[in-house]
Amino acid sequence: MGNFLQQLINGLTLGSIYGLIAIGYTMVFGIIGMVNFAHGDLFMLSAFIALLVFLVLTKILGVMSLALAFVIVLIAAMFLTSVWNWTIERLAYRPLRGSFRLAPLISAIGMSIFLSNFVQVVQGPRNKPVPPMFNEVIHFSPGGSYDVTLQYKQIVIAIVTGVLLFAFWWVVQKTALGRAQRACEQDRKMAALLGIDVDRTISITFVIGAALAAVAGVLYMMYYGVVNFSDGFLPGVKAFTAAVLGGIGSLPGAVLGGLLIGLIEVFWSSYFSTDYKDVAAFAILAITLIFMPSGILGRPEIEKV
Amino acid sequence: MTATTQKIDAADAAEGSNVGGMLKDAIAAAILAFLLCFPIIMLHAESDNDGNLFLTWRPWAVLIICALAFGGRWALSLYQARPVVDRPAAAVAAPSTSSAFIARYIGAFGLAVLIAFPLAMLAAFGSSGSLKWIDSYGIQILIYVMLGWGLNIVVGLAGLLDLGYVAFYAVGAYAYALLATTFGLSFWICLPLAGILAAFWGMILGFPVLRLRGDYLAIVTLAFGEMIRLVLINWIPFSGGYAGIASIPKVSFFGLSMRDQPGGFADFFHIEYSPIHSKIFLYYVILALALITNFVTLRLRRLPIGRAWEALREDEIACRSLGINTRNTKLTAFALGAFFGGLAGSFFAVRQGFISPESFTFNESATILAIVVLGGMGSQIGVALAAVFLIGGFELLRELEWMRTLMASVFGIPDFDPAQYRGLLFGLAMVVMMVLRPRGFVSTRLPSIFLKEKKAVSGSLVKEGHG
Repeated sequence: MGNFLQQLINGLTLGSIYGLIAIGYTMVFGIIGMVNFAHGDLFMLSAFIALLVFLVLTKILGVMSLALAFVIVLIAAMFLTSVWNWTIERLAYRPLRGSFRLAPLISAIGMSIFLSNFVQVVQGPRNKPVPPMFNEVIHFSPGGSYDVTLQYKQIVIAIVTGVLLFAFWWVVQKTALGRAQRACEQDRKMAALLGIDVDRTISITFVIGAALAAVAGVLYMMYYGVVNFSDGFLPGVKAFTAAVLGGIGSLPGAVLGGLLIGLIEVFWSSYFSTDYKDVAAFAILAITLIFMPSGILGRPEIEKV
Repeated sequence: MTATTQKIDAADAAEGSNVGGMLKDAIAAAILAFLLCFPIIMLHAESDNDGNLFLTWRPWAVLIICALAFGGRWALSLYQARPVVDRPAAAVAAPSTSSAFIARYIGAFGLAVLIAFPLAMLAAFGSSGSLKWIDSYGIQILIYVMLGWGLNIVVGLAGLLDLGYVAFYAVGAYAYALLATTFGLSFWICLPLAGILAAFWGMILGFPVLRLRGDYLAIVTLAFGEMIRLVLINWIPFSGGYAGIASIPKVSFFGLSMRDQPGGFADFFHIEYSPIHSKIFLYYVILALALITNFVTLRLRRLPIGRAWEALREDEIACRSLGINTRNTKLTAFALGAFFGGLAGSFFAVRQGFISPESFTFNESATILAIVVLGGMGSQIGVALAAVFLIGGFELLRELEWMRTLMASVFGIPDFDPAQYRGLLFGLAMVVMMVLRPRGFVSTRLPSIFLKEKKAVSGSLVKEGHG
């Protein structure tokens, strides 16, 4: 029971990071039908940006309050990563709009290779140890001897994820921007006929996706305490897996898929073996898709002749 | 940010030169470049031995990049402001005599170049100087040509997006390595076995995913590719894990060892031993394998099964209505693509003599897919050209040692290492080529069935499939 609770806490923490990245995949896929392979590397880039901003704040400007520094880092990383993704969309994907389906996919794969090598060149190939923050833990043992620890980091992750998901939900459901975005998702041509600036809406979709990936990057950096230029690939693939598992194009599906992948990974490591945790996540994806070909919450694709 | 969008869009629409607007755009580009570079290039975090990070500043690099962005945007504005000449868009490529001539003889010409390549290199650079050209250019490029042609069956002809092709490459490589090291079988027996094993795996993996379409298929193939790699890493008694399998037996020339030993190749023909002999032999082996792949593909396109693949790519529902068994059609494409991937993998193992899971990452799958798409899907010549361009270009970036001396002597930067920019330029080249030629290098296709006259059609008329 104690171990189960511990793994549940760890799994939900990891899952919320995956969920935040998965939203970026699923939103871009929903609106332009493209798998943005560079999204995982964007997440890694945001972790580096966050680390550098954090070092500037603490070492050069001498900000003492950790909470204040964290909030500034979060906002700065969200803003700068959004600028990156906006530029990437403008230069690498927009010229390929209306072209055939594989062209932006290859462009995105090229961008992903570029980003990870870029960070390697400018920041070096070695692991960067992140200064520790929020290191306190809470111990409790519900009805038994097993000692469950809840780290402050995990509480911070839960709060930040919850607040941002709520803000994101509010933007998509309640604002004119979100309405335009959902309209473009349903029918881009019709939305354009009704006066929605489709290019601008797509740009904003990339910006929102990048901002959420940046939040995930900051949380990941804080949680694991180390960043490396190759850290983008595996979380990126897992988040993409999560988006597909939940039903690609579905926003609640992305969060649900992220949490599921996080839980599967953590429980598998705890009860079976750490070696095959990624194999387990991929295998469950394959099995789910065989029985539910459009994911858990996805709409089945209807082809009209 | 939105203001910048509008500015740039406005500049796109503007006709004639407008210096004020151009200046604004260029300044916006420079500001954007500054925002992009600000933390990630300006600051460099380096850790000392105690694990503490300290920052170093690089303002000059940022200044140079901002200046480049300013200049680049200005040049782009000048280019866009030039008088535009209207050219009529042609859906059907004009069958001009020169292009028809090129299309007809480029295959034969390419083949002649490929056959003569190692001998020409040997004549030009001598037996030690040509080693690099034959091995890391010739053989390396031909492996990717073969992989590209193999994946072309799945992606280009059948229209199924496979992001885990490297799995079959790995199956072939490990099949040869394990069979040769445990049972002592020769390369020529293992080669077909490896191909058949890979095809078998293609069917096993293909069967459950056939119901899936489009991007679901893409992620499941990607997941299978990663699963095979992860199993190879973790199942240490079977595959040796990260350490891989070393001392894989070399290929023999009709039973003659290519080593420097009595009864070996050099001894038998009474010539002086040189390591170049085995490289030239390997070159012709991979050339033959690649040509077999090409030949089989070209012939299959004329058979009912090949036509069914292309029909499937064009319209799956029409295929089903006409009574084509789509499941079997997809499975054969998967299995045949995997078969050639397995052959290439087995060749890779014999050439390297050492394999480890590091060689079979997703990046390989992505590179092969990029070769297929950049070449123009379904075009055999285009795939070969893309492989030469991407892989050859990537290898050529190793030859930049002169830049190190230039940077050290002229700009006074002592530790400039051009080799570390290879991956960066490779990724950038993929993006730039895709943006410039979204339909690939070869933008025309020859139909496999035609009425009266065989006409090249534009690549944009060919569908890409949903699978």
